[in-house]
Amino acid sequence: MKRLFTILGLPLVLLACGGGEDRTIIQNTGSDTLLSVAQGWAEAYAMVEPTVAIAVSGGGSGTGISSMINGTVDIANASRGMRESEFEAARAQGLDPQEHIVGYDALAIFLHPDNPLTSISLEQLVGIYGENGTIESWAQLGIEVPGCGSDEIVRVSRQNNSGTYAYFREAVLGESEFKLGSRDMHGSKDVVDLVENTPCAIGYSGLAYATDHISMPCVSAGEGTPCVAPSVDTAIDGSYTIARPLFMYTAMPPEGGVKQYMDWILSDEGQCIIFDKGYAPVATVTCA
Amino acid sequence: MPADVQADALPGSIADDFNTRGRDWYVDRAVSVGVFVGGVSAIIFIIGIFIFVTREGLGFALGTLDLKEFFTSMNWRPTSERNPTYGILALMAGTASVTGLAMLVAVPFSLGAAIYIAEFASGRMRESLKVLVELLAAIPSVVWGFIGMSIMNPLIIDMFDVPVGLSVLNAGVILGLMAAPIMTTIAEDALKAVPDAYREAAEAMGATRWQVVFKVVLPAAKNGLMAAVLLGVGRGFGETMAVLMASGHAINIPTSPFDSVRALTATIAAELGDTARGSDHYGVLFTLGIFLFVVTFVINLTADIVVKGVGKKQ
Repeated sequence: MKRLFTILGLPLVLLACGGGEDRTIIQNTGSDTLLSVAQGWAEAYAMVEPTVAIAVSGGGSGTGISSMINGTVDIANASRGMRESEFEAARAQGLDPQEHIVGYDALAIFLHPDNPLTSISLEQLVGIYGENGTIESWAQLGIEVPGCGSDEIVRVSRQNNSGTYAYFREAVLGESEFKLGSRDMHGSKDVVDLVENTPCAIGYSGLAYATDHISMPCVSAGEGTPCVAPSVDTAIDGSYTIARPLFMYTAMPPEGGVKQYMDWILSDEGQCIIFDKGYAPVATVTCA
Repeated sequence: MPADVQADALPGSIADDFNTRGRDWYVDRAVSVGVFVGGVSAIIFIIGIFIFVTREGLGFALGTLDLKEFFTSMNWRPTSERNPTYGILALMAGTASVTGLAMLVAVPFSLGAAIYIAEFASGRMRESLKVLVELLAAIPSVVWGFIGMSIMNPLIIDMFDVPVGLSVLNAGVILGLMAAPIMTTIAEDALKAVPDAYREAAEAMGATRWQVVFKVVLPAAKNGLMAAVLLGVGRGFGETMAVLMASGHAINIPTSPFDSVRALTATIAAELGDTARGSDHYGVLFTLGIFLFVVTFVINLTADIVVKGVGKKQ
């Protein structure tokens, strides 16, 4: 029996020691919205600082934040701000969580390419998605969608602990809750896939997930206000109403390798990577 | 075992092997310990899982949770900041409708397949069918879910002219196809367990092959077939990934097979990963786990009792 454990244990020990001597490993987990950016940063940073390895994974903002509180990751990615309850949980562990805004994301409304709707107001979105909303059919928006015989609006949403879901509730629904019965997809990519294939559907997610096979209406804050199309530029200048900050959280004020990494992310080089991925940088940068 | 049959191996040396703690003695001990651990491991694991799930969920279920709301409300809003509500009525309706439809699909297919394999097919045909059915059972559930999402979804939209194809129908058909191979295998075993003397007696009375199967073999194997169906129900009830992907994952009490629904298992799978340990949401998901555990336990126990019933009567 003892020998068995030795055999099983040895590779694990070797694995644990192998990278330890000359490489620092930074664990980075969280938001699926930020996942592709975080991976882009990690890859580029491997060239800048070969002695540091960044291990990136997704799972959602909630996962990232709770892992950071539990001490299993160094940096949590989040597409929503940390809640007061989460701050309290962190302080109870003796932590002092630090918030870093690393970019901005326009939350786009997605429609099937055959859908003729070109503009939508926040009020209409509340009518569609909100708990007491009465908009159930496309005819109520004054349009007819080809291929959608039943005329029913198929609401596509996200699972209830995603940062995108939480931000949409806060920024669009305000005081209201989500109407039950939406198709709650597990990831922004699934939202886009379903909307692409479903003429009756409406969905929402980060602009960076948009494809050529999807249509995005402009969004107006209310009657009389201009309808603004979602884009990186309108997210930067603040004219697009449902643009949100993207966060990275550290359990303590960053120091050492983590501080260097955070500083590099906010440098022009790091900010050009987030721009390339379809998100807005924190400040205007000129990229090659 | 000292299985020495060489010419120089005397009976005395065999006795020595038993008395001295040689290499064989250790091998023998190690193997018997290994077999024993393997034998009781299922019990250890099931008790361990039960303790873990209960410890995480029971405190919340009995303390904070309003059980009446839990079972009778359809408002599942565990992450609401103002007023979280934990009603699983819609989730139970989702699981029940998907499992029910799956059984409508699976029972005729699997009983038909089992009857053909056990009673009619012979030789090569039977062997290759058995292998194929087992192969069907080996397809990972995420692959089934993928088929539901990318093949069944557009197909259902086209065929029935409905707005979205992720629905009870989609998940039920997928789940039925997943449960059918297991049900076929168990049902076939039940049919094989019917003594050949029954068949021979019926044939001697001049019964046709169909009459033998329908009037003699099926009634005799009734309990075993019932157990196969119940295990299929248990399989459908507990399936997660395929249902998560094919059902549409919408909180909704279905009124037609084309409505999207959400299953209990899929809810745990989608939400547990992002939930802070010890929070109310975490507690209610484990309460769901306890509920699922109890229901599958009852289904399996019923199946077991039904099978035991066969032995008593004969």
